[in-house]
Amino acid sequence: MSTPAIVVDGLTKTFSGHGRHKVTALDNISVTVERGSCLAVVGESGSGKTTLARIIVGLETADSGTVTLNGKPVAGRASRSELHRRAREIQMVFQDPQSSLNRRLRVSTAVDEVLRAHTRLDARARRDRCVELFEQVGLEPRQLDSLPGELSGGQRQRVAIARALAADPSVIVLDESVAALDVTVQGQILKLLAELRAAKNLSYVFITHDLSVVQLVADQIVVMHRGAIVERGATAEVLGNPRHAYTQLLLACAPRPGWKPQRGLIRAFREKIAS
Amino acid sequence: MLEIRDLCMTIATERADLDILRNVSLAVAAGESVGLVGESGSGKSMTLRSILRIEPSNATVSGSITFAGTEVLSLDGEALRRMRSTDVSMIAQNPHAVLNPVLPVVNYLIEGMHDAQGMPKGAARLRAGELLEQVGIDGVDRVLGSYPHQLSGGMLQRVVIAGAIAGKPKLMLADEPTTALDVTTQAEVMAILDEFRRDLGMAMLYVTHDLDLAAAVCDRISVMKDGQIVETGVPEQLRDNPQHPYTRQLMDSRPAGIIPSVTAPSETDVNEGEPK
Repeated sequence: MSTPAIVVDGLTKTFSGHGRHKVTALDNISVTVERGSCLAVVGESGSGKTTLARIIVGLETADSGTVTLNGKPVAGRASRSELHRRAREIQMVFQDPQSSLNRRLRVSTAVDEVLRAHTRLDARARRDRCVELFEQVGLEPRQLDSLPGELSGGQRQRVAIARALAADPSVIVLDESVAALDVTVQGQILKLLAELRAAKNLSYVFITHDLSVVQLVADQIVVMHRGAIVERGATAEVLGNPRHAYTQLLLACAPRPGWKPQRGLIRAFREKIAS
Repeated sequence: MLEIRDLCMTIATERADLDILRNVSLAVAAGESVGLVGESGSGKSMTLRSILRIEPSNATVSGSITFAGTEVLSLDGEALRRMRSTDVSMIAQNPHAVLNPVLPVVNYLIEGMHDAQGMPKGAARLRAGELLEQVGIDGVDRVLGSYPHQLSGGMLQRVVIAGAIAGKPKLMLADEPTTALDVTTQAEVMAILDEFRRDLGMAMLYVTHDLDLAAAVCDRISVMKDGQIVETGVPEQLRDNPQHPYTRQLMDSRPAGIIPSVTAPSETDVNEGEPK
């Protein structure tokens, strides 16, 4: 078996909240992402899922525990050169491309910056590569010189994906990357992500609160609640036969055809979780 | 009770006039719940805002909106105020934009009952407490005295719902009321909203991008795209036999999938985290 893309072992992170109050964002978290697979990290706000994503890509430092990326340990405070090296292996796509793209820069410049930082291509070769990347994510070459504001939400997210691909990473962390998109656009972006994963043998960490998206993209799931993993397994197994009360609560609350919100049921699961 | 006919809206910008709504027609009967489903820019929120006449100031509106037989588009200030304060209430997406950040939430609830219905302040305060209990808030006194920033989004949206039902309006307008909430909070808030609507016999016009959410609480659904209603029907009919290609596209982007229906917690359920 090949080396896993990511091995997270015993990750713990606390933030100091108001006054002496401390918030445990991650409590001894361990997960493995096999090469070429997609792991969904599912949870609500405050579950720690975004903190986990940020530590994996190196935007945040853990209090303890290790992250191993393609067999190399990466956790702990990283130097600039170490972060630069890591960026060639792992990239992140955020929820809102409106805020992750500079609205004053042409979208080609956003992609070009990454190429300049991580490749030795000259200006002309970089431009060619930009065109290639845009084609891969389903954008027209004429859109290269658009400003983010001139593109739709879905197109902007395609730019963000093109930018992530520019560093030629083996892993992409997607933090609620389709949450802000209209459902029909969501479907297109999910399809694009699946095609890219297959074509480039990419590994994904897919952070989301949306179970109906999870079942379309993920091979494996971990369910997080208040900084801890409460359930994990293959997607079909966890969604089809949930064992933890919190997973069941999430399933009971996921809108889908024929679904009704039931106050009593939600209360019953909340009590079970608290007991 | 509410009837919108051939509603058109144009917004004049520096570059061009934008047609936001194009001949939108829909009706909501007394006690009926109607969903208005569409993606961003489809005009669903603008339709809703036209009913309370809170469309953008550079918008031109034509057509007809009648509420209980009265033409809303020609109401004067005083009559409009009366309609907004007693007959029609609205729940917006972001409760922070509704609640005054420098006043405790009790003021928001009392203001409506005292100003609009002339209820004495003491009685209004008692009633505010009752309402919060009904929308499932524990520790009512603490919550009443809290400022908006001290409460979670789900809690605030319940406060707004309590305010919206306080005057027992005939029509409730809801504009993506749960979009900013976590999934479990969303389900709870929708359940509460649906329960009160039925108990009080209120009509509702519910704007959302989520067809499954609308189907869960609506008798009929209109699907909007590019400022027009492309199809109207009961939820099952839209799901099983969509007539318009766009409705079908919306359906297909949310397949039923493998999520099972969940009935009740069982003895074998776990409620601990993973062993360390």
